[in-house]
Amino acid sequence: MKSYVLSTASAIAVCAAGAVSADGHAEAEVLHYWTSGGEAKSVAVLQEEFAANGGTWTDMPVAGGGGDAAGTALRARVLSGNAPTAAQIKGPAIQEWFAEGVLADISSVAEANDWANLLPASIAAHMQCEGTWCAAPVNVHRVDWIWANTEILAANGIEMPTTWDEFNAAAETLQAAGIIPLAHGGQAWQDATVFETVVLGLGGAEFYQAALVDLDPEALTSDTMIAAFDQMRTMRGYVDPNFSGRDWNLATAMVMNGEAAFQIMGDWAKGEFLAAGKVPGVDFTCASTPGDGYLYNVDSFAMFSVEGDGKAAGQELLAELIMGPNFQEVFNMNKGSIPARTDVDLSGFDECAQISAADMASTNDGGTLMPSYAHGMALFGAQSGAITDVVTAHFNSDMSSEEAVQMLANAVANSR
Amino acid sequence: MTRWLQDNMPKIVLAPSFIAVMVFVYGFIAWTAWVSLTRSRLMPRYELDSFIQYERLADSPRFETAMVNLAIFGTLFIVIAMVLGLLLAILLDQKIRTEGAIRTIYLYPMALSMIVTGTAWKWILNPELGIEATVKGWGFANFEFNWLVDPDMAIYTVVLAAVWQSSGFVMALFLAGLRSVDEEIIKAAQVDGIPTWRVYSAIIIPSMAPIFLSAFIVLAHLAIKAFDLVIALTGGGPGYATDLPATYMYAMAFSRGDIGQAASSAMVMMLVVFTIVVPYLYSELRTKDD
Repeated sequence: MKSYVLSTASAIAVCAAGAVSADGHAEAEVLHYWTSGGEAKSVAVLQEEFAANGGTWTDMPVAGGGGDAAGTALRARVLSGNAPTAAQIKGPAIQEWFAEGVLADISSVAEANDWANLLPASIAAHMQCEGTWCAAPVNVHRVDWIWANTEILAANGIEMPTTWDEFNAAAETLQAAGIIPLAHGGQAWQDATVFETVVLGLGGAEFYQAALVDLDPEALTSDTMIAAFDQMRTMRGYVDPNFSGRDWNLATAMVMNGEAAFQIMGDWAKGEFLAAGKVPGVDFTCASTPGDGYLYNVDSFAMFSVEGDGKAAGQELLAELIMGPNFQEVFNMNKGSIPARTDVDLSGFDECAQISAADMASTNDGGTLMPSYAHGMALFGAQSGAITDVVTAHFNSDMSSEEAVQMLANAVANSR
Repeated sequence: MTRWLQDNMPKIVLAPSFIAVMVFVYGFIAWTAWVSLTRSRLMPRYELDSFIQYERLADSPRFETAMVNLAIFGTLFIVIAMVLGLLLAILLDQKIRTEGAIRTIYLYPMALSMIVTGTAWKWILNPELGIEATVKGWGFANFEFNWLVDPDMAIYTVVLAAVWQSSGFVMALFLAGLRSVDEEIIKAAQVDGIPTWRVYSAIIIPSMAPIFLSAFIVLAHLAIKAFDLVIALTGGGPGYATDLPATYMYAMAFSRGDIGQAASSAMVMMLVVFTIVVPYLYSELRTKDD
């Protein structure tokens, strides 16, 4: 309640400082693609806070396609000159939209609330467009997680692997015992998710940065990259024959039901475990994938240039609330991710979220906090798509690793 | 005034649809062609940049897969659906008693949308749920039918589902064609003691040439724009093994923010359609002149 009063007070302060319409009425139309049960509940938290602060919220949810449909709707709205107040966009796409000249500047809110010091530096950089603030982060999902069925590991005398060799050894043991070592869904983005954790694990953060963020041709064709594809080929042997096209949550269910031992997937998988009443540390174990570093996937709202004082006020209130400690806490507890701001009390969060937050802080200090390429945080869509095409083509055929790195270099060159 | 109205009525009535077609069909084709010559990414931009998108398309192994898949899928789908449809039509044409009921059964798949067909076949072909699991359950432990998850065979599952969906419709077309052949000629042939198969192969089928052409045109455009079936059945996978030009275009335009690539692949698809439709139109228009 106290934080409620506080955020209300600060919101009023912001309204007073910024442009306010005659009756001081803040309005916002928000385009997002959080439409599944848990997600809708999470976004309702924001709606309620917005209304409690005297704003009028117009919801524009666009379901489906992991945001593809929402992107199409957004494009149509912007092309017709009727952009929403805020839209759910993330990663370099924010800068791409800024380059089209349609994003608004919310620096006044960001500076008044000291966002620069509340956010890890690399995440803050995603929210900025040529020096101004143009988006507000909602959460941080960690991508490089490995989830395991505790019972299976204990029964086979296996520890959580800390290197990829240990992982392979554990997988061999499990396979000999007749258990599927790795639950995997054969969709291109899931192949890419596994691939980026392997690249980070085998090459380290510096190599990851060079290969999958800077797209350095030398790194892309290096021996380390060949080793990464070799590891992918090895892991191809650890998934069940029927993995093609399987949804990620069905793969999570395989771990839950004891059909498979491990799954490599972002922390949205935790939501599946929790929803099934499983307890972290008891029924399932979470650990970062082998190797150092942290791959993040940050959901955020970009603010569009809109006309009218009411909308401008709504935009500022929205930005303020999104980064508010109350929303960050409640929303992320619902969604399974961790708050983007680093000063939120995590005592109410589960074990995995606490590990995630601690690792985010330490990797931020160590310079190994990396954007996830597979989830659109590191590259433009065309570039990350080109890489994913090669990864999934290699994983689903008998292509050699040497062939794959050559194809990778060509695809990246072709996508620029 | 009324005189003028009378003279110009056809033009006035046709004008709105004419304008709509000019803008929404040919105008947008021209717009797509323009965009395909630019470096448009997230939003369309209009600075021309020669044939860069077509060069990228030519270099893309994924688009190559899509075109090869289109050739495999298109050929097999059209040939098998026509042969099956013709066979079913001939069998139904034998004046059997329950023809109405059987015709309905054969036509029924046509009533389902491609999305439903794709989803149903996805379950039927899934090795852990469908045919393979069932046959294994009967005790044939070595039975394998995993085309759906085999990158080399997955495109044939798309053919299978598409043929299932469309051959009933082709049958209906051919059945109408068979019935429209002049009874007198057939009776005359029968009086002369010509065997039934000869009647079909030498008289009935050759006189059905226009029906063949119509069936071909319908099936060909179904094949080229095939999209929903692939999305429902395989999602383009495993990997991108069952991508078709339409799914490629969708991925580029809507998930990747690469509108230039999407536009150029759409232009290539249109060229493929033209190579089929233009000869057809040409032959149609020429016969009218005769």
